[in-house]
Amino acid sequence: MKKIYRYIKHYIKSFLLLELFKGLAVTGRAFFKKKITVQFPEETTPVSPRFRGLLALRRYPNGEERCIACKLCEAVCPALAITIESEPRDDGSRRTTRYDIDMFKCINCGLCEESCPVDSIVVTPIHHYHVEERGENIMTKEKLLAVGDLMEERLAEDRAVDEKYR
Amino acid sequence: MLRDISLLLWIIIKILVIVLPLLIAVAYLTFAERKVIGFIQLRVGPNRVGYRGLLQPFADLMKLIQKELVIPTRSNNFLFVMAPLFTLGPALAGWAVVPFSEGMVLANINAGVLFLFALSSLAVYGILISGWASNSKYALLGALRSAAQTVSYEIAMGFALVGVLLAANSMNISDIVLAQKGGIHHWLCVPLLPLFMVFWIAGIAETNRAPFDLAEGESEIVAGFHVEYGALGFALFFLAEYASMVLIAAMLALFFLGGWLSPFEGCQRLNDIFFFVPGFVWFALKVAFFLFVYLWIRATFPRYRYDQLMRLGWKVLIPVTIVWVVVTGGMVVAHIGPWFS
Repeated sequence: MKKIYRYIKHYIKSFLLLELFKGLAVTGRAFFKKKITVQFPEETTPVSPRFRGLLALRRYPNGEERCIACKLCEAVCPALAITIESEPRDDGSRRTTRYDIDMFKCINCGLCEESCPVDSIVVTPIHHYHVEERGENIMTKEKLLAVGDLMEERLAEDRAVDEKYR
Repeated sequence: MLRDISLLLWIIIKILVIVLPLLIAVAYLTFAERKVIGFIQLRVGPNRVGYRGLLQPFADLMKLIQKELVIPTRSNNFLFVMAPLFTLGPALAGWAVVPFSEGMVLANINAGVLFLFALSSLAVYGILISGWASNSKYALLGALRSAAQTVSYEIAMGFALVGVLLAANSMNISDIVLAQKGGIHHWLCVPLLPLFMVFWIAGIAETNRAPFDLAEGESEIVAGFHVEYGALGFALFFLAEYASMVLIAAMLALFFLGGWLSPFEGCQRLNDIFFFVPGFVWFALKVAFFLFVYLWIRATFPRYRYDQLMRLGWKVLIPVTIVWVVVTGGMVVAHIGPWFS
């Protein structure tokens, strides 16, 4: 008897297409939900202050470059992406003459920033960049400083936000 | 002589008046599909070309026209080129007997239902020919699947139509619509609800749309019967598929939802408010509703397995239609309800 009852129930259910209508209701509700699309070039998703993107070299507020050519970053870099050459400058301070980062080798681990005693080499939130010609993947000292100058405000802000967790 | 030529021109003009809006509707149906499915998947769909993406179908068409026509070396060239036309032709020709409003019909023939039914199933020849002519295993498999599927669902569809003919007592489509006069409860979808659902499901299967799109099942046979087609050939297949979708939606509206009749005929007050809406607008709205459900269904249900498809067609839909055709006959004989009195 119970079996027959189940049988009939199954038939009623499938002939009334109940489960199909349930499925349609789910997608029908989704039709009116708020859309989550981000219109990319015009809008971007928020980027964390800890985001590890393109690298940059910072300067002190008086315009003096921070890097003192201690080569800690070169030593710590697991991908051997950093090449540094240094010489004493005319005023006697030690500065780099060459500071190259190969962006093809860089794995964006951020160890260089952690090792830097003067907060010179930093990771920026820039994650949309491209290379058009061979050799452009090498970020020279000039390019790194330019990125630093461009992003200084944001970099200082992000570091201030993160200060208490360091 | 002059009269003959002018008559011919007049017919061509009438055909253009039907076919051009139809092609535009088909173009925007592809756009609507991408939008609706996008919305259901919490995306926004194409919105870059023109205002809110409204020029997207034309951009797609331009792209397809510019592409190179590739004809496989060992294919049957003539049939390969003709196959898309064989599918597109019937989908457009069916509109000859579709009444858009009272008297607004290109050919008011008495066997209109048969004509429409025949043409809606003729499209399978184009698919079969394309699958065979491209000389490719996936195309052949897709074509065979499509043929088997169409043949199976044709029967259920035909039986559903028998019910309509019994109820309306005519094969002239205008007469069938007029038999449903008098408000929503007079529409044939009420007494023939099971046949309506069967016709709907079979119609989706007939046009090879999801969840019955085994003919192109991209996860198993890449694109099915039109794998070897690119550029214009592909565009024509696309056009044909959507044109036959519109045709099936129109058939559903005509046979079961009272075609161009206003849904408010039964209620005097509402009818007074909506008296100015011309018949073809109601017809277009009904067709649009069915098309929307087409897209909704595509966004909801996963594809049937082949044996499930055949089981549904032969062991569920056909028995249901046979039973309900008998029931309809009984209702007609007994003059039941507002429909058959």
